[in-house]
Amino acid sequence: MRIKKITFNLLIHLLLISVAITCLYPLLWMVSASFKTQDTIFKDIFLIPKQLHFENYVFAWQKGGFGINFLNSIFYTTSVVFGIVIIASLAAYAFSRLRFPGRSLLFLVFITAMMIPVPGSFVPLYVLLNKLHLRNTPLGYILCMINVGLSTSIFLFKTFFDKMPKELEDAARIDGCSKMGIWWHVMLPLSKPVLAVVVVFNALTVWNEYILAFIIFDSRKFMPLQVALQVFQGEFVTNYPLLMAGLTITALPVILVYFLMQKYIVKGVTSGAVFFILLSLNVFVIL
Amino acid sequence: MKFKSSLENYVFVLPAVLIFSIFYIYPFIQVLFLSFFDWDGIVSFKDATFLGWGNFKEIIFDDPIWWQAMRNAGYITLIALIFQNLLAFLLAWACDREIRMKNFYRLIFFIPPVFSEIVVGLAWRFIINDVEGANIINRMFAAMGHPNFMHSWLSDPKTALTTVAVVHCWKGFGWGFLIFLAGLQTIPRELYEAARVDGANAWESFKKITVPLMIPVTVLVAILTVLGSMQSFVLILGLVGGEFAGHTSVPVLRILSSMRGSSRFGYACAQGISFGMVLVIISFIQYRFSKKVTE
Amino acid sequence: MKEQSSWALPGLFGLRGAIPKVMFYKSHGKFLLIALGLLLFMSGCGNAKNDASKPSVSISVWHWMTDREPALQELAKKYVAQTGVKIDFELFAPSEAYSQKIRAAAQGKNLPDIFGVLGEKKTLSSFIKAGHVLNLTSYMAENNNAWKNTFFTEALAVNDYAQGNSYGIEPGIYGVPIDIMTIQMLYNKTLLKELTGSGNPPTKFEDFIALGPKLKEKNMQGLVSGWGEGWMIDCLTNNYAFNIMGKDKVLKTYKGEVSYTDSDWVKVFSLFKQMKDTGVLATGVVTMVNKTAEQLFASGKAVFAFNGSWCVNVYKGMNPNLNYGVMLPPAATDKAMSIWGGAGSSFMINAGSKNKQEAVKFLKWLTEKQQQESLSTVTSNLPANKNSLAQLPAILAEFSRNMGLSTHPNAWDVSEFTSVTENLDRGVQSIIIGEKTPEQVAVEVQRVKERELVKKMIN
Repeated sequence: MRIKKITFNLLIHLLLISVAITCLYPLLWMVSASFKTQDTIFKDIFLIPKQLHFENYVFAWQKGGFGINFLNSIFYTTSVVFGIVIIASLAAYAFSRLRFPGRSLLFLVFITAMMIPVPGSFVPLYVLLNKLHLRNTPLGYILCMINVGLSTSIFLFKTFFDKMPKELEDAARIDGCSKMGIWWHVMLPLSKPVLAVVVVFNALTVWNEYILAFIIFDSRKFMPLQVALQVFQGEFVTNYPLLMAGLTITALPVILVYFLMQKYIVKGVTSGAVFFILLSLNVFVIL
Repeated sequence: MKFKSSLENYVFVLPAVLIFSIFYIYPFIQVLFLSFFDWDGIVSFKDATFLGWGNFKEIIFDDPIWWQAMRNAGYITLIALIFQNLLAFLLAWACDREIRMKNFYRLIFFIPPVFSEIVVGLAWRFIINDVEGANIINRMFAAMGHPNFMHSWLSDPKTALTTVAVVHCWKGFGWGFLIFLAGLQTIPRELYEAARVDGANAWESFKKITVPLMIPVTVLVAILTVLGSMQSFVLILGLVGGEFAGHTSVPVLRILSSMRGSSRFGYACAQGISFGMVLVIISFIQYRFSKKVTE
Repeated sequence: MKEQSSWALPGLFGLRGAIPKVMFYKSHGKFLLIALGLLLFMSGCGNAKNDASKPSVSISVWHWMTDREPALQELAKKYVAQTGVKIDFELFAPSEAYSQKIRAAAQGKNLPDIFGVLGEKKTLSSFIKAGHVLNLTSYMAENNNAWKNTFFTEALAVNDYAQGNSYGIEPGIYGVPIDIMTIQMLYNKTLLKELTGSGNPPTKFEDFIALGPKLKEKNMQGLVSGWGEGWMIDCLTNNYAFNIMGKDKVLKTYKGEVSYTDSDWVKVFSLFKQMKDTGVLATGVVTMVNKTAEQLFASGKAVFAFNGSWCVNVYKGMNPNLNYGVMLPPAATDKAMSIWGGAGSSFMINAGSKNKQEAVKFLKWLTEKQQQESLSTVTSNLPANKNSLAQLPAILAEFSRNMGLSTHPNAWDVSEFTSVTENLDRGVQSIIIGEKTPEQVAVEVQRVKERELVKKMIN
């Protein structure tokens, strides 16, 4: 019986470890290939290259023009996330706590939007931005990207706020806090778990986006990192060491941020996931 | 007073509604409108012909490759629903028991979703491809003593789509894993204790406690999986470069091809609308089905 | 009232007893908000500020040619030094994405001063009809056709609309070719020698496919080409169609007077089946984008390639020591083989541009002998200017040798429906994978053709 338990545990560990390896292995290969040359990449089959060719990175960096695009990506990601947090939490607070006519209908509209993708909408968007003189401006792109994550974020925030005990807000109101003040001083600070999910989810979306950016921006100097990668791989798709170097450059910041923030990210997504569950119960009630 | 209060409340939702109307509703209406026309997206709109339901009729009755694309996307989604989520659940369950290394695994398993699809596609293309890539997978098979498993996974039309589906699972299971893990952890330990006291073995407590309590989570993961997998296309561009004579066509690629290649912008809009409708219907069916199951 | 709630943060009851965190948000949060707002505002206005500091005239040029970007930037520097007019080259790649970009810009009515329209002549026609392309006939005709005569006739043909053309476009020249190209086959001299002993490239189709078994024997890859991309397959299919049935019959098919189920067409499709059956095609040729095929040929992994003359520059970059030669695709009949050739890349001028005259001047300069020669040398492309052939490297000269046999779909008066072409390309791909027979493909293509003809009649 004990043996059975031990072998069972062993199998579980084996499963976990093998999956962990498959998660890491491709990335190790990507990095490893980026240090080889076009000749050795197929001959040298070891994970650790015999010779490290750092020049791949220098060349990739110069050719890809990753510098400014990298900064752009950071700027767009932080602005959009910031914008979504403010706008979505404001709206979610209203949906959750405030009364106004058409509240449920409006919320339903937002939810349905979450589910209906509009592929091909980037052309009307482009024309629209043009009319608003926002085409080829960071502001235009940021506003579009805020919209992309808006519905889901509102949904997440609202469910979270619904679960919050009202006593805190009552106390704040008694203390003379306005509605806006309650939002700023009570709701936001307490919503750290869902805040983490919203931040992570939207940050990933914006960082990895390139189609909209490609269409909206005309000048290279506004393009985010992923677009630079697109152009880069268009030319070097078969120059594997160079391509892998370019991929690593693009992927590295994300990995770094992930490892630095993993405590918050994973914890956040997890506790946010708890509310996924609770909200899914909600959803059943709606339908 | 009440009116003033309501007005005040509108201010909170105003920014969201504004952005939403401008950047979602308006393009949506545009796309809907354009789907009834035959327009190449270049000439002046005055020269576009009104087709009524023409585009939609063509999509339903006269576009076999659109339906092949739907089937392909459905295939990827099915593989994801079954294998990706099964794996995610299994791993979550394993981690739930194993408290020690839990954080380590949580960290590692979420790495694939962090990357962009194009990075994943290109890196995996390099790893799998035998003619122009490093052919690592085949070499692994050979090294493990199974040379008969060696195959041109990405170059053979019969296996290309499955390979794409597998890579897609690899990228996606991290999300499901975290959500399942969270779900498992909300189940109070006391329930398991009580069951053990009552004499239930591991399998029975799993069946009677874990499964029923995890159904809402599972449904949620399923819906998210469907929505995400059906729209996946960047991965395909990275792995096989395109539609591979229809074998790796997916709806979004077909829409892009209508827009760009054949310059049939109205038709592309119709395809987009049809696709959106299909997704809504599928999600709706999933909800109804899960409601039935919970009863 | 105290609550057993996970929400309770100590000290939150009674906000006036502020906790450090709230203080942080309160004091720094608003500051951050303002700072970010300013940043957004400034970046949105940044564009306007930059424009104010530019020199008086600047021409914007959007292109897709990644390998020519450095050369073009050099030329831009030269031009501004000579004339004071600034040329802004923006690269959007890959070419598929470029087409998308141009279309969106056309929609938004903000095309650059100079751009290219890739793809079929139909697309260019749409752009012209929408008023986006400047008619250049008058400029070309100036000084007794001075500018016009600097070009090879084939180069202008794809940008030219004849009297009474089927596109409904007012006759004239609407684009400026900056280089020409031909699409032919290449062979790796070393590998071919190893394969056949003699090293003589096959001129007949039967000889070509006979190499299939030999390739298998020696474990070598045969023909590579970017057949994952439809148009490359379309090119070779069309070459053989011309070879088997002649230009007239092919154009008649496009007009709808000849069916695709005609035995000649089936013959064309069968050629691909034969290529597949004998193994003369490389593995996975249908999954390759052109770049991949170029890489394989350049690294000596394939004996043959089907590519255009732009590949010279690409191969030079990938493997300068590649020992290769140019050959015509092996003819399937005794008639002369036909190939595609003509303008490589062409630039159009935005009819709505505020700097039309300057744009015309720049394109004239770009197609002058000196600039053409320097472009040709640096980027290894055939010049469009017929007086610039003096300095061609040997391999490029080989490419230009068969220019007389070349034709180009954009130079014909009729075009096939896009959906029919798509279906045909996909059909040939299926033949190569072994999923359809030539007869099946012929029937399917004809079916799509008939549907399109019906639609055309109704509208």
